[in-house]
Amino acid sequence: MTLTALLIYKGILVLAVFAITLLVATYSTYAERKIAAFLQDRIGPDRAGPFGILQPLADAVKMFMKEEMIPSVSNKTLFILGPSIAMLTACLTGVVIPWGSSLTINGTVYPLQITDLNIGILYLFGVISLGVYGIMIGGWSSNNKYSLLGGIRASSQMISYEVAMGLAIIALVMTTGTLSMKEIAAQQHGWHWNAFIQPLGCLIFIICAFAETNRAPFDLPECETELVGGYHTEYSSMKLGFFLFAEYINMFISSAVISTFYFGGYNMPFIGRFVHDPNVLAILGVVFLFMKISFFIFFFMWVRWTLPRFRYDQLMRLGWQILIPLSILNIVITGFVMYFNGSLN
Amino acid sequence: MQLTNRSKVVSKKEMTFVERMYLPAIFSGMMITFSHFFRKKPTIKYPEQTREFSGVFRGQHVLKRDENGAERCTACGLCAVACPAEAITMTAAERQPGEENLYREEKYAAKYEINMLRCIFCGDCEEACPKEAIFLTDRKVDTMYNRGALVFGKDILVESKENPIDLSKRQTPAVKEFKKDKHYQHNQTHDLNTRTEMSDKNPRPVQKKKL
Repeated sequence: MTLTALLIYKGILVLAVFAITLLVATYSTYAERKIAAFLQDRIGPDRAGPFGILQPLADAVKMFMKEEMIPSVSNKTLFILGPSIAMLTACLTGVVIPWGSSLTINGTVYPLQITDLNIGILYLFGVISLGVYGIMIGGWSSNNKYSLLGGIRASSQMISYEVAMGLAIIALVMTTGTLSMKEIAAQQHGWHWNAFIQPLGCLIFIICAFAETNRAPFDLPECETELVGGYHTEYSSMKLGFFLFAEYINMFISSAVISTFYFGGYNMPFIGRFVHDPNVLAILGVVFLFMKISFFIFFFMWVRWTLPRFRYDQLMRLGWQILIPLSILNIVITGFVMYFNGSLN
Repeated sequence: MQLTNRSKVVSKKEMTFVERMYLPAIFSGMMITFSHFFRKKPTIKYPEQTREFSGVFRGQHVLKRDENGAERCTACGLCAVACPAEAITMTAAERQPGEENLYREEKYAAKYEINMLRCIFCGDCEEACPKEAIFLTDRKVDTMYNRGALVFGKDILVESKENPIDLSKRQTPAVKEFKKDKHYQHNQTHDLNTRTEMSDKNPRPVQKKKL
């Protein structure tokens, strides 16, 4: 592939991933409302278009049309920077996720991944950690005590759960032997899903993913009953929309990461027996990945509308006293098993 | 006394290890919410579907006219006295010669207002009325954009001559039977819906009195 062709291909891929990310996030808001309604024996939005399918459009129009207010006592630069960072970091994470294996057209290989960093997991963690700055800066610059409390909660929660998340991933890296997302996905062909190799790590990772995305039962930063709106109390119009949107993008990316790390990524068991064309297989892989992602997005919402919110001390206790020791235990067990398995040599 | 078998004794025992793990409880909770996912939704999509009303639904009032199209109300004020919400006000006026086809008796309500924001639709006005003039109907009161518009005057309350309001659903046989026992014996002398009898043939006790 020439450099120009490469640039064009990557450009298209980046745009496609960006567009799909936004589309999925948009319709996640619709799905959230519908699923919430169905779990509560309601119907949910059904006025805009058939089954309310145009509801996200109406919401977006509403968000853009609303009066935009910046508190006079706030730090204006940081106030605008907050949602921008939240949105930016949310969009950045899709880069290293392998959306499929690779297409081969006329002898040229087109990988369905924007870039295969050999330290993809580290990149992912770095960007996710940056995400807390958006919330923190937004909460702090609002000059509102509720926003500040929300921001503080968000940062302490994310820092706490990032530790357990990282430790859960270390056990995964021990078994897979790589930090590249592409290789992790490729290793899980057939039934070799990491969820079966690392069940405890998988559970810890999913719990931490809930905390990292600020989703219920870990949605303390925007806890309405205590903090009015949490870190986005003072936000209005599309800046509020960006905060909410970033949450849904994060949810989408988290679902993609969970699927890729533990549930086989774009692999589907037994499909190799029926389909032999590698290109068709690659496209089917994308479909399978999105099916898994959809399931996990549903799972995120399902949990949200089932469980009540944690109390702050319970949250901290779960993070530091339970999840971190468990993930360390997981690393130790993994090490022992690998040693006696002989897979260390 | 035990009414149902559903009551559970609350115990504050120490939780077992499995209970402290919470995961089984979370799982069972999620199964409960998931079972609701497929349940039939009780929602009534309002403007397209409406909930079925009872036949004796008490809605917007009507001031009836008699067989000749004259207003029955004599502005006696009993409805206003009976009204627990004090929603009814009226001004009485004397019928002038030549207005016999407009008003049934010598006195009539020049102004008759019901504040629909105050009204609790109890139906006491209907019960108090000695002239069978005011009734609650199965019509809903429309929503308005301001409070003033919800004070209904005679222009809204009095039924039109062309299409009188049907009260047959509310005037069930049981209601008619009940009305026979009312103090005002005149109530049983005529049937409001069928309009068979002329009031002149059956002069009523109230009419005999000097108003």
